[in-house]
Amino acid sequence: MMRIFQSILFTTFMMASVWGQNAPSATDVPGSQAGIHLVSPLPTGDWTMPAGDYANTRFSPLSQINTGNVKNLHIVGMMADGIPHGHEGGPLVVNKTLYMVTPFPNYLIALDLTKPGYPMKWRFEPNPDGRSQGIACCDVVNRGASYADGKIIYNTLDDNTIAVDADKGTLVWKTTVGDEDLGETVTMAPIVVKNVVLVGDSGGELGVRGKLTALDLKSGKILWRAYNSGPDKDALIGADFKAFYPKDQGKDLGVSSWTPDQWHMGGGTIWGWISYDPELNLIYYGTGNPGVWNDDMRPGDNKWSITIWARNPETGAAKWAYQIEPHDGWDYDEIMENVLVDMPWHGRTRKLLLHPGRTGFMFVLDRETGEVLSAENFVPVTWAKGYDLKTGLPMEDPDKRPHTNHYARGVCPSSTGGKEFVPSSFSPKTGYLYIPAHNTCMDYSGEDVNYIAGTPYLGASVRMYPGPGGYQGELIAWDVTNAKKVWGIKETDLPVYSGVLATAGDVVFYGTMDGWFRAVDSRTGSVLWQEKLTSGIIGNPMTFIGPDGKQYVAIYVGIGGWMGAVALPSVSTDDDYAALGVVGAMKKIKQMTNPGGAVYVFGY
Amino acid sequence: MSSAIRKMAAFVFCCALPVLAATPELRVCADPNNLPYSNQQQQGFENALAKLAASDLGMNVSYFWFPQRHKFFRNTLQAGVCDVVMEVPSGIDIASTTVPYFRSTYVFVSRRDRNLRIASFDDPRLKNLRIGVHVTGENDEAMPSTTALLHRGLVRNLEGYSIFGKLSEQNPGADIVRAVADQDIDVAVVWGPLGGYFAEHSSEPLEATPVCAAPADRQLPLSFEISMGVRPGNEALRDKLNEFILRHRSEIRQLLDSYAVPLVSAPEVTCP
Repeated sequence: MMRIFQSILFTTFMMASVWGQNAPSATDVPGSQAGIHLVSPLPTGDWTMPAGDYANTRFSPLSQINTGNVKNLHIVGMMADGIPHGHEGGPLVVNKTLYMVTPFPNYLIALDLTKPGYPMKWRFEPNPDGRSQGIACCDVVNRGASYADGKIIYNTLDDNTIAVDADKGTLVWKTTVGDEDLGETVTMAPIVVKNVVLVGDSGGELGVRGKLTALDLKSGKILWRAYNSGPDKDALIGADFKAFYPKDQGKDLGVSSWTPDQWHMGGGTIWGWISYDPELNLIYYGTGNPGVWNDDMRPGDNKWSITIWARNPETGAAKWAYQIEPHDGWDYDEIMENVLVDMPWHGRTRKLLLHPGRTGFMFVLDRETGEVLSAENFVPVTWAKGYDLKTGLPMEDPDKRPHTNHYARGVCPSSTGGKEFVPSSFSPKTGYLYIPAHNTCMDYSGEDVNYIAGTPYLGASVRMYPGPGGYQGELIAWDVTNAKKVWGIKETDLPVYSGVLATAGDVVFYGTMDGWFRAVDSRTGSVLWQEKLTSGIIGNPMTFIGPDGKQYVAIYVGIGGWMGAVALPSVSTDDDYAALGVVGAMKKIKQMTNPGGAVYVFGY
Repeated sequence: MSSAIRKMAAFVFCCALPVLAATPELRVCADPNNLPYSNQQQQGFENALAKLAASDLGMNVSYFWFPQRHKFFRNTLQAGVCDVVMEVPSGIDIASTTVPYFRSTYVFVSRRDRNLRIASFDDPRLKNLRIGVHVTGENDEAMPSTTALLHRGLVRNLEGYSIFGKLSEQNPGADIVRAVADQDIDVAVVWGPLGGYFAEHSSEPLEATPVCAAPADRQLPLSFEISMGVRPGNEALRDKLNEFILRHRSEIRQLLDSYAVPLVSAPEVTCP
């Protein structure tokens, strides 16, 4: 006992001395707003998981780079991977090595940060099945990796979770978590909680049944699975489960909220981010659109699509669920990040979950209970007038819901959402959430003849276009306490489709789809520095301390993804309705950037 | 060997190969595993039709195989790896289409021993039956036949089957017909060529009955003309294929009959 205590003291002392001026304790950031408490240790040097921290604040306590010197940023390292597809997610830095996961064919590349120019240490090639490229709906992306127990753990498009020795670049284990033959793919970044690797899935467009898979960190063995449709036993809903709202309570809602047997192809995939609260020992994540997308064919609430879950990471047992939008009609996948922070809320400290939604609403939930404390729109919204906090239900405008006989027009946001999967960042120093937002609306119109697997069928045409004000994207600083926008930086022609990083240096980093990498003042939004890179940015910035003790910032470039795929040569901009309708909103991108993936590292 | 013959042989040797190589190719994109349309063993009617067209035009057939899923056209015709897709709905945006060479419709497929012979979406027996339909997944999509069923308030009777089925199975699109044979569902409503062919090849006797249109279905196209599709801009090939179709109407008809493809002539078959 005494030995352990001494060892903890020693470790704490060592950390404080190593990090010198950047010596914030793990969860206490100097200069934080009164009453704000962060529940997960922040990344003080390395960056070992997709968001940097379990709470998904994407906040760095580092402040060597700050509002005063950020203008000196310059490229210190760069590595292209030659893959002309969307580069989502961001690198990890562990033990003087930078790890990059590429889009299909999902290389894992290790760069040596101790040497000038960051030479490549090794490249691991998992050789995923090429058929998965034809199955994935929206470019062949990958959203990143996690480090734990000497292993880099990530997913390949063909439904495998793999663990690679972080030193040697050799395979430790590989586990198949989905069935490619049924249309499943995996694009999300896993997280590791204790000894459990948590993996979601993709393929909601093909009628797969969404699920979270937990694997053993040591062996890769599957520990448990929680499905997003079907009976309670499949959803791991048991005695511990207590949903806040009556609409989410009752037995086997994953069956009864569907027409008979339709839950088998219920969609509700998990292709975004997973958060973890070490104090409550709960994981949080959201689910995607229900299958099939034609909502006339699936009357009912379609649980548990478009739902936020709270679960125990070791057993998978559900604690609560809140379905954001019953019976989705617009493809508003709510797989967005859930940012966990304790802060004062109407006079007392609450354990909050912040969820800037695809629906265009900024949800503030009590993460102990699943109660919605606030849901204000952060972009122009027409599909609903707001949320009834008593019932947890949206106040829908029925005219904006498309049906086979009703072509809804002026639906805002479009299916790409008020924001996409790209994650926001929260600064405890400002109390603001920095949201990469879209401003697009859509019209459904007359049905076109389509053809698939030898069968003609009809599909409503969807066209997306810039929303009110005529701009397409905006980086929004959102005051959480007062539920209002403080400042925004608008993009005329393109949505903001990159992740965001806020730091204790009072700088916010993000990128644009035409390739500007930008640092802005976290309080005012004034642009302090920017540099145009070789391709559009849809990745997430991160920061780390290099072997020389200095702070660096890294970002992927590489246009692609659902919206960015319009920049790829294989997609024509002649047809507004192509690429599931996004071409209408993305006309200019081919003139503004070119494909080509790389990681850039900046020093000051 | 006389020197004349040697010269002849040398001539044949030197020139036969280039002549052979100059035989133009009809480069076809097709699904490797989707009867009755096509498969890699070339047992589908698209395969037979391609052979017929190629021989008529003095060409050799070559294939690029790709499952007919989303992104099929982007990865095939648009990518330039082939010049023709043997079946597309006439006038579809994505291709330049030939004159139609057949028109088909959706069919009700049921076990013969059930004696259902349902043809109308208004048949009152449907209210008590499990009805299988194909679902495609993306966007606000449906077969018009499914929309007709939805309009009758039959949504709770519908059982969805992915049109892609499971890739590792043979002819995955036929899952739904197998489900009728196995009595998992009472009736399936599917596109005619698929229903007709698998009804005929089922181990359990099945029957395929073309759907009829009621006045309420006026807005719904329940039958479609089918053409061959080439890359827009390649109208020279389209015109050759047009001539082939016009010259061989009766053989094409025979071919389709041999695959039990239900053919309709009027735009819509109205219910009696």
